[in-house]
Amino acid sequence: MTTNALPALPHPMDVQHHTPWHEYFGFSLDHKVIGIQYLVTGFFFYLVGGALAGMIRIELVTPLSDFMARETYNQVLTLHGTIMIFLWIVPVVNGAFGNYLVPFYVGARDMAFPRLNAVAFWMLPPAGFLLMSSYFIGGAAQSGWTAYPPLSITTPAVGQIIWIISVLLLGGSSIFGAVNFIATILKLRQPGLELFQLPMFCWAMLGTSVLVVLATPVLAGALILLSMDIVAGTGFFNPALGGNAVVYQHLFWFYSHPAVYIMVLPAFGLVSEILPIHARKPLFGYRSMIYSILGIVFLGLIVWAHHMFTSGTPPWMRLFFTIATAIIAVPTGIKFFNWLATLWQGKLALNSALLFCCGFIFNFVFGGITGVALAQVPFDVHVHDTYFVVAHFHYIVFGGTVFVIFAAIYHWFPKISGRLLNEHLGRFHCLLSFLGFNICFFPQHWLGLNGMPRRVAEYDPQFQLINQISSVGALLLAVSTLPFLINVLWSLWRGAPAGDNPWRACTAEWLTSSPPPVENWLHEAPLVTEPYDYGSPEDAMSVTTVRGRELWSAGR
Amino acid sequence: MPIPVSILTLSAGILLALISLWVGQNVNLMPVIAADDASAVDALFKVLFSVGLGLLLGITAMLVVALVHFRRRPGDHLDGPAVEGNLPLEVFWTAVPAIVILMIGVYSYDIYARMGGMADFNHHTSMAPQEVEQASLLHPADPEAVTWGGIDGAGGMAFPVEVTAMQFAFIFHYPQQNFTTGELHLPLGQPVELRLKSNDVIHAFWVPEFRLKQDVIPGQPTVLSFTANRQGDYDIICAELCGPYHGGMRSKVVVEDSRNFEEWLIHNTPATVAAAPRASQTA
Amino acid sequence: MTTLTQRPTAALSDPQQGDQPQASAHPHHSDARLFGLAIFLVADGMTFAGFFAAYLTYRAVNPLPVDAEYELELLLPAMNTLLLLASSLTFHRGSKALMANSMAACRGWLLLTAALGVAFMAGQMWEYFHLPFGLTDNLFASTFYALTGFHGLHVTLGAIMILIVWWQAGAEGYFTPENHFGFAAAELYWHFVDGVWVVLFALLYLL
Repeated sequence: MTTNALPALPHPMDVQHHTPWHEYFGFSLDHKVIGIQYLVTGFFFYLVGGALAGMIRIELVTPLSDFMARETYNQVLTLHGTIMIFLWIVPVVNGAFGNYLVPFYVGARDMAFPRLNAVAFWMLPPAGFLLMSSYFIGGAAQSGWTAYPPLSITTPAVGQIIWIISVLLLGGSSIFGAVNFIATILKLRQPGLELFQLPMFCWAMLGTSVLVVLATPVLAGALILLSMDIVAGTGFFNPALGGNAVVYQHLFWFYSHPAVYIMVLPAFGLVSEILPIHARKPLFGYRSMIYSILGIVFLGLIVWAHHMFTSGTPPWMRLFFTIATAIIAVPTGIKFFNWLATLWQGKLALNSALLFCCGFIFNFVFGGITGVALAQVPFDVHVHDTYFVVAHFHYIVFGGTVFVIFAAIYHWFPKISGRLLNEHLGRFHCLLSFLGFNICFFPQHWLGLNGMPRRVAEYDPQFQLINQISSVGALLLAVSTLPFLINVLWSLWRGAPAGDNPWRACTAEWLTSSPPPVENWLHEAPLVTEPYDYGSPEDAMSVTTVRGRELWSAGR
Repeated sequence: MPIPVSILTLSAGILLALISLWVGQNVNLMPVIAADDASAVDALFKVLFSVGLGLLLGITAMLVVALVHFRRRPGDHLDGPAVEGNLPLEVFWTAVPAIVILMIGVYSYDIYARMGGMADFNHHTSMAPQEVEQASLLHPADPEAVTWGGIDGAGGMAFPVEVTAMQFAFIFHYPQQNFTTGELHLPLGQPVELRLKSNDVIHAFWVPEFRLKQDVIPGQPTVLSFTANRQGDYDIICAELCGPYHGGMRSKVVVEDSRNFEEWLIHNTPATVAAAPRASQTA
Repeated sequence: MTTLTQRPTAALSDPQQGDQPQASAHPHHSDARLFGLAIFLVADGMTFAGFFAAYLTYRAVNPLPVDAEYELELLLPAMNTLLLLASSLTFHRGSKALMANSMAACRGWLLLTAALGVAFMAGQMWEYFHLPFGLTDNLFASTFYALTGFHGLHVTLGAIMILIVWWQAGAEGYFTPENHFGFAAAELYWHFVDGVWVVLFALLYLL
């Protein structure tokens, strides 16, 4: 236990700069304020996207299209996908936690470009409200979050153009954020802090930001061309005018496959921060964790065409993308084995943060396995564009990333607010989410295998029972948000005071007050060169509590 | 003396492998098989199912054991052992998945090649390969005349049907008999070649019982050739979002034996061309 | 061991000054800003890369219809290329002059660079008005206008940036050999726009 040996930082309350409340509603340059702005804004859009998902699940309770008009249904599913990806998951795992934590981890008092940071955040609410408003002015886009032409060219133009503008704004925000993260991590590190001493979340953000910088502009380019097709009458993606619809798919997936890693890599980083603290053990395999992130970044850029196995792509392309896609499972698998090894022989505190992480491990492993299956062309030919795929990617982005977002909120709420969340409510929330999520999405695998395509408002009556089970799960999932909201609101007001370091953690954000002062530390920034310095040395292990044959490795 | 952990682990591993194998091979999640290559797809799925289930059960078991066995007891403020890694172990769990993944990849490539997914279409279309290469900016060619891709499970000598997808229906044209219908009839056990094209937006032609799906992209004709091997009615489902009535865009494919199929053809063929094409379609 | 070193480091970051052009107190900050711009230009370059990839794919698989008109003259764009390359050179000379602290020469080179940029745009406009095809005539016409138009936007923006820098350089001591982030940013951007044009010229006109 080294954290106990730390010299207690004095915090004279009279000089502590507390952030005034109105700061959170304005153009603040403080990375912590911006992080919280991202988090709260993102959560608002999560509720909106969740309500849209609820409408989809209500429509699918019966095999007939009887709850809303068919056009409306397509608008709802388009908005659901776009909001959940671009306004909830990407901004929250990157913008919220990245902004809050990265400056702490590199030992800086703010991001490299605070003003750019604020600009990037303030592009988010207008883009989100613009997107939502399109529903009320002439109808939202109807062509799915993929916006494949020629459908996106032939559906009503106003909604599609507003969708394009929103996504361009959000992509721009994402790129600004990524530039900031790369510069902060590479250029703003405290003197004496090596890259290979950084907490894993920094590496995850570095990898993610590289993906954002390399991939997002390609989506922007594709959307600019698409908008020209819609507005100016060009024919880039319009076969009727001599264009090529598949070129759009290539450009789109060149971004949108890496987008999956943009959504999960930061989550991997957060899990790597949370698990060692609550397991009281160092992160297992620090170096291999880093190399696997780099491997995922590299491979993530060269697998996009596995979304197009049925698009009539050349055969060599299918072969290459099958192998490349399946190989991604290897670095991803390394991370999961390392996390299991981190838990093994630890002293696991079974709190909400750790339990949500374990839920994430189960869900993501499941989603990863179906992902490897989907990479195999003959199988993908059968289930492509079915509910099997819907189930797969919800296991990745909901069961994976959203579970981690909740874990991270339970973990860092004491730092952000200075108060602890209620653990009973938290564990109840975790249980409800896990059950609701799995009841909702597990049966959808079977639906896809047996013939239910995705994005349909009406379906074969033989699938009704399974769809109803899935809708019950969705309801449970919606209900699970209630204990969380109650918990957060009540704890903000009456939660038990957390103290500076309730989890006895080693990383730099815990070595200051809760909430931290404006410039993060009142004194010099602590130089944390061993962020995972948990665990008793093996020779100090008490023979009465640990049996030798339980040791993870006899070789060490 | 307690049973050594290594023996318990070994037994658990064997049990796990047996359970996954049994479940993967015996729990059938797929619809019935009605085409020749579909059983190969199902065989691949069973392998994936077994391997995946084993992995999922193993990891879940590890997770649950860790949560129960290593939970922090009240009053225990000590840390776990300071194990930071184990290189041989890490190499092991990198190498084994990599080998498994590559083997699965080779296996699925083999199945896909057998299904005809790697076929080069421009050998048996109207255009010779060298012509395709020359068709550049300066040597225009009609993109509609080129087959852009697809699955060729039946080889060149197949019974042709032209499939046109439009919002929100599939239309089937039998070129040898020169008639058009809204319901696809296919002969049992005989190779067929569907030539797919779209009139408006992207659709996808999917028959779950055939385990075959092909996007139908405007401007890019594709081919789907296979042999249906089970009599019955199956749904043709549009699998690519194509507009408001996408969910309702379904047709029926009827697989029938050659006698019934011929009768159906004759019944539908316009009288003027009824006699000629019968000889050619049995070839 | 978690080490808490109370080393006397300089204030690492001041949120109030972080991205202001004149944060002269923190020399390594201006590095971060130029570094940030370089990363942003990588992103910008990826947009062009996407366009180029689309264009090359079209060339490979979407042949021009028989009756379509798509002819490009080479002389004017070749001269335009020389203009842009020359402007990179003049900007570089301006940078040398700045390093030698001779601001008058520096401003002269800047003005010349901007003039070359404007001349390039004028040439581009002339080409646009004399081409036999319009934006929506065929796939390659559209691609041509989209690519050159997107690049022209960059040149216009760059020329405006150069003029701003030229105006700023008029103020005594605004740029010094040690501290000239705005100048360096404009220069980096201009070289980038130049480099993109070379690729664009090779792909669109020469290939």
